[in-house]
Amino acid sequence: MGIAGALLPLSSAEAFSFSAFFQKHFKEMSDEEIKRVIKRLEEEALKDYKKKISISATKPLPGVKFGYGLDLSRCIGCRRCVYGCVEENNLSRNPQVQWISVLKLKKGKKWIDLEGAERYYDPKKVPEQDYFYVPVQCQQCEDPPCVKVCPTQATWKEPDGIVVVDYNWCIGCRYCMAACPYGARHFNWSKPTISPDEINTDTHYLGNRPRYEGVVEKCTFCVQRTRVGRYPACVEVCPAGARKFGNLLDPESEIRKAIQNKRVFRLKEDLNTSPTFFYFFSI
Amino acid sequence: MIKNGKLFGVWMAFLIVLIVVGIVAYARQTGVGHISSAMRDQVSWGFFISNYVFFVGVAAAAVLLVVPAYIYHFKPLKEIVLFGEMAAIVAVIIAILSVIVDLGHASRLWHILPLIGKMHFPNSLLVWNVLFLNGYLIINLVLVGYAWYMMSQGKEYNLALVWPLILLSIPWAVSIHTSTAFVFSGVVARPFWNASILAPRFLASAFCSGPAIMLIVFQLIRKYSKVEIENRALFKVAELIAYAIGINLFLLGAEIFKEFYSGSIHKAPLQYLYFGLHGNYQLVPWIWIALLFNSTAFVLFLLPKTREKLLTMNIGAALVIIGVFIEKGIGFVIPGFIPDTLGEIYQYWPTLSEFMITVGIWAFGALLYTLMVKFTLPVYSATLLSAEKQSR
Repeated sequence: MGIAGALLPLSSAEAFSFSAFFQKHFKEMSDEEIKRVIKRLEEEALKDYKKKISISATKPLPGVKFGYGLDLSRCIGCRRCVYGCVEENNLSRNPQVQWISVLKLKKGKKWIDLEGAERYYDPKKVPEQDYFYVPVQCQQCEDPPCVKVCPTQATWKEPDGIVVVDYNWCIGCRYCMAACPYGARHFNWSKPTISPDEINTDTHYLGNRPRYEGVVEKCTFCVQRTRVGRYPACVEVCPAGARKFGNLLDPESEIRKAIQNKRVFRLKEDLNTSPTFFYFFSI
Repeated sequence: MIKNGKLFGVWMAFLIVLIVVGIVAYARQTGVGHISSAMRDQVSWGFFISNYVFFVGVAAAAVLLVVPAYIYHFKPLKEIVLFGEMAAIVAVIIAILSVIVDLGHASRLWHILPLIGKMHFPNSLLVWNVLFLNGYLIINLVLVGYAWYMMSQGKEYNLALVWPLILLSIPWAVSIHTSTAFVFSGVVARPFWNASILAPRFLASAFCSGPAIMLIVFQLIRKYSKVEIENRALFKVAELIAYAIGINLFLLGAEIFKEFYSGSIHKAPLQYLYFGLHGNYQLVPWIWIALLFNSTAFVLFLLPKTREKLLTMNIGAALVIIGVFIEKGIGFVIPGFIPDTLGEIYQYWPTLSEFMITVGIWAFGALLYTLMVKFTLPVYSATLLSAEKQSR
């Protein structure tokens, strides 16, 4: 299978280069090699977007494990998080890729199985009466089924709890998408397009750097921001203050306080994936 | 020998045209991306993976069919063992190609290899499947290669020499299809696949379609060559198919009972498949056609009267091939994604591009098999003739 694959034509989106073809797995590279790869990727990005895009490889902070809290009592379903994420993380505008899905559910109906949830609601005003909203994104599971099934180890869980993808190692088999219980993984069905003036030039290798056609991507808790002490874009942009974020290992953090004082639950707990994404009700 | 040279030429030309069509469609897909398919984030596997599942089954059954010939020395079957092994080789190649065309980055396939890549063993079932499939390919290539070599030397082949390999090929054939089933049944996110009945059902349905394909292949071989395949052998295979369909239908019944009687939310995909869900009925006619075909074939193969008549036997074979192709192709892969994990219903139907690529792969398989048979027949017939002379 390997040889047959090597003989197949390369995607036209990338010109053939030996250093690109034989690029090693991210975790197998030394810091020096990572630097060289990043230099090449930055040059490619410059060519594609006519803009200097910087790609960092900031390592996980010691003593940090990220956790996320979502206050369902406050969420108004405005989807600013969705579009804030799109802009921050350089998600393809055409075709549209969105890492956050906000589900609209009818009050008083069953909702734990999510069947009947509405993703494409479009009212004049939110929140609508008789409805509530459940935003879903990568739950950064402690025991992520997507990581387990990946045949090439192109996706893994970092020490700070973020599940990441090496876009240069992913073969695009999409087994992880079948395995994810939260619809958190997205495939680039064609070359992602973003107009150069909309591109975020502050990127991370494992996060929001420009992506390719034919690879899987997902929410990284904004690894490019959170590893330098900033909040994820969705937390920052939420007008209702429904989104909480912090270090699970710090007993004084907001997220730990929420877990200790609110009635929290996690999506699809019966699957034992142990998300580090907690939902709660403040009222 | 293929007697009719002209017919052979037309057949080859026809296959080559289909292969070219497939290559053109694949080249286009490589350029624009998998957006040329109907797959999307909600239904992220489609016709390619369906095809892969079906042909792994064919590969497993093609060998399991002929193994009793060795073990129980059922003479009429024994003559055709080689053709079963060759079918297994071709079916594995079709299965592997079906996965390769599904990949977003086929050029990175070496990432799955040990040492130079980063093979995720033992965690990823896809890795197990790749190992088993390639191992199976090698086993059968060795068996066929050895037979070819001995026959071309005009010698009877020494069974004792390949006996361990033949014995190994039995559990190995089971393993390729079991690991294929585990690729799906290990996925906790998809209740439709996450069922322990999956592996046995895969094997049962493989034993329906695989031997049915071989029935037709055997008749073609004996029509266009000097190889004699007794009707008795065909009828024996047909009888085996009857039992397999019976088991497959029983397992289906068990699945339907469990889901609908207990009535948990996990029945939604099965509901979608057989009765439609929230006004979406796309697969409903297809799965009922499959059920109708499989049940009809069951009756045709079960009754000695219809089983032992070539016309009705062939109708049964065609019905069960189509029936199983629907049932464990789109009827199995697609409902796993409907409704999707967040409750959305995205209805999938393959695009022309997906059809063309798949047909190209089928044609490539048919071409490969035709060439293998054409290479085998002269030496095979010669060996048989000389063996007959000796025995006289």
